Amino acid sequence: MNDFIAARSQMGLSLGFHIIFSCIGMVMPFFMAVSHYLYLKTGNEDYKNVTKAWSKGVAIFFATGAVSGTVLSFELGLLWPTFMEHAGPIFGMPFSLEGTAFFIEAIALGFYLYGWDKFNKWFHWFTGIVVGISGLVSGILVVAANAWMNAPAGFDYVNGKYTNIDPIKAMFNEAWFSQALHMSIAAFAATGFAVAGVHAFMILKKKNVEFHTKSFKIAVIFGTIAAVIQPLSGDHSAKFVAKTQPAKLAAMEALFHTEKAAPLVIGGIPDAKNQKVDYALELPGVLSFMAHGDFNAEVTGLDRIPKEDQPPVAITHFAFQIMVGLGTAMMGISFLYFIALWKKKNWLKQNWLLWLFAAATPMGFIAVEAGWVVTEVGRQPWIIKGIMRTADAVTPMPGIQYSFYLFSAVYVSLAVVVTFMLYRQIKMVPNLYDIPRQQTTVIKQNKIMTKIKKEEVSPVKI
Amino acid sequence: MLYIIIAFLWLSVLFYLLLGGADFGAGILELFTSKVHKNETRKIMYRAIGPIWEANHMWLVITVVILFTGFPKVFTTMSIYMHIPLLLMLMGIIARGTAFSFRHYDAVRDEMQGVYNKIFRFSSFITPFFLGVIAGSTVSRRIDPNAVNFLDAYVYSWLNPFSFSVGLFTVAVCGFLAAVFIIGQTSDENERKRFIRKAKIFNIASFAVGGLVFITALLEKIPLVDWVFGNPVGITAFVLATISVFILWGIWNTNKTNLMRILAGFQITMILLIITWKHYPNIVLLKGGGYISLIENQVSDKTLNALGLALIIASIFVLPALFYLIYSFQKIKEDALKSH
Repeated sequence: MNDFIAARSQMGLSLGFHIIFSCIGMVMPFFMAVSHYLYLKTGNEDYKNVTKAWSKGVAIFFATGAVSGTVLSFELGLLWPTFMEHAGPIFGMPFSLEGTAFFIEAIALGFYLYGWDKFNKWFHWFTGIVVGISGLVSGILVVAANAWMNAPAGFDYVNGKYTNIDPIKAMFNEAWFSQALHMSIAAFAATGFAVAGVHAFMILKKKNVEFHTKSFKIAVIFGTIAAVIQPLSGDHSAKFVAKTQPAKLAAMEALFHTEKAAPLVIGGIPDAKNQKVDYALELPGVLSFMAHGDFNAEVTGLDRIPKEDQPPVAITHFAFQIMVGLGTAMMGISFLYFIALWKKKNWLKQNWLLWLFAAATPMGFIAVEAGWVVTEVGRQPWIIKGIMRTADAVTPMPGIQYSFYLFSAVYVSLAVVVTFMLYRQIKMVPNLYDIPRQQTTVIKQNKIMTKIKKEEVSPVKI
Repeated sequence: MLYIIIAFLWLSVLFYLLLGGADFGAGILELFTSKVHKNETRKIMYRAIGPIWEANHMWLVITVVILFTGFPKVFTTMSIYMHIPLLLMLMGIIARGTAFSFRHYDAVRDEMQGVYNKIFRFSSFITPFFLGVIAGSTVSRRIDPNAVNFLDAYVYSWLNPFSFSVGLFTVAVCGFLAAVFIIGQTSDENERKRFIRKAKIFNIASFAVGGLVFITALLEKIPLVDWVFGNPVGITAFVLATISVFILWGIWNTNKTNLMRILAGFQITMILLIITWKHYPNIVLLKGGGYISLIENQVSDKTLNALGLALIIASIFVLPALFYLIYSFQKIKEDALKSH
């Protein structure tokens, strides 16, 4: 493995890891706030238990997201120093604001997690809302920095020099809106489906049905609404990419030849050598319509892009297919759920709908990862589109593959441990959240002590 | 605006050293606590740092963002030549943050706790150690942009006795900060005595390792003595720090826990001041007499203005919230102690 490929793999791995934790860390607080609100309004202990259970999940995911995010800020320099030397002063603005949002999130989370029964209950609830909002804001800001790499702005590039730098213009680059919108909705859809799926599975297993039903209902609303509006933002993104990044669009669609009334290619295996796609289903004119709003419009193909500026076609195409396919499936499931809510109430009592959600648990996150691959691999060979090549940005230090192996080992073990912990969290629901009902009197006597005690009591072994 | 940004940079480093340092120190104390007291220590520690530890580490992120936006040459030079210790430090950061929250939020208390604890303690040592190594390397003129082979460029830049003793010094100082901070967190007389003893030991250890830093500096011909005693600010800061050490040793057995914290923090501030003042505005000293300056390698005015403004806005939002966080949990703790 050469250093360049190792550096790209390490960056891809780190981002791919971080994106899951940051999505959950920015969306779950909203779920938490809703169930917390319901608890404060109704006094139903179940909602309190759901809130507490989720807040533990948030704590685990936030901590993992925070450290992997800190690591990323260093990796930008460790792996891509030449890029950072020039790009830092231009796109540093969203990062410095993001640092602020992240800071506020950490402070608010401190209040929220440790503030049960210690503050005014509405103040405590509000700090949970602050966690969600500042998390969302920091996500949107980080995407601004990435969008700048796709649509560089706020500087002039003359004779290899970056002049006339304007960080505000760079932050408000053209790609920001469509990317940030698509990413934020994706975070809600993916997290909503993942959380709803886990709870659906537990309902099917007849474990703490009341607890899991309440959780499911909150998560599923967020997930399904996001999944239904996501295609609209996707359409906006596609049109934007067609206009500004024709090479990426051509790779996404494996469109080798520029053509009018270009077909939408579904599935298929791109054959770069013979410049064609095998075994694909083609819908004539649809790509032209999706990209430019006209069935006869001309769509730029890879033949108009110089060979050395073309992104890898197969990876981008497959990733795009996966993202769109899963997104469509999630939208379909969401519509079924809406029909069940409004027209066919008896569906809600039938297991097949829950099984559908349980099966869809990982779909959103696979789609998020695939979408990330589309935008990142689709930008290659550029790190700053049209300005700096990724290969020119890499660190001069040799032996990066060892660093990549180290990161792989660490992130794989972390993923295993986090999964293991979530499994234990869910397994322990009966022990942690059913007993407290009997303990309410004790809680009233000495709230703080009970909190500590509860954590010390070793619940029954699994 | 440039000077405002430099002030922010200095303060973020200082806050990271003080708050993040005390936080690392909590793990270091656990590492150096006998088995009998380990559990008790961990609980007190957890109550003390639980709500604020995550915020403490944001100072590092702020430092990094200031560096790559405002002083990219510093950021990239460090990233290239300090790649290996930075990587090891990052591993420490990952292991520590995750182990800390895992051990608290794992729903089942079983032998996994032991694993989390071990990882937490070990990485609490590793992370500040490599931070210190990196800090020591920036001033020891070992970074060589003209190096042609791997070892000279990427290994000897930081692998030397001086950098390592600065690393150990950082660890000792973190332990000291944590012990002093925690004295006021417990009302149990035995616990208090134990932490006072710990604070004393780590204070003495800091002096011992500090001496080692001077010795290795002499051996490697780093003019550390001249940096500290060669200018009025250095001497004044040194004298003030020494006085505060004497005051601290005079009040160990009193109830003035806040004064102890202030004095300990003051000593660390003076150490940072001495080292940075002497080299200001240079921040990285290179082999062969070169240096990277905060003033000379500056970026465009528009970037500096935007960054400065962002930092000012950030402090308006962040600082009051942060102080309120620390204040409220401190108050809750004090009330709990009083009611005992």
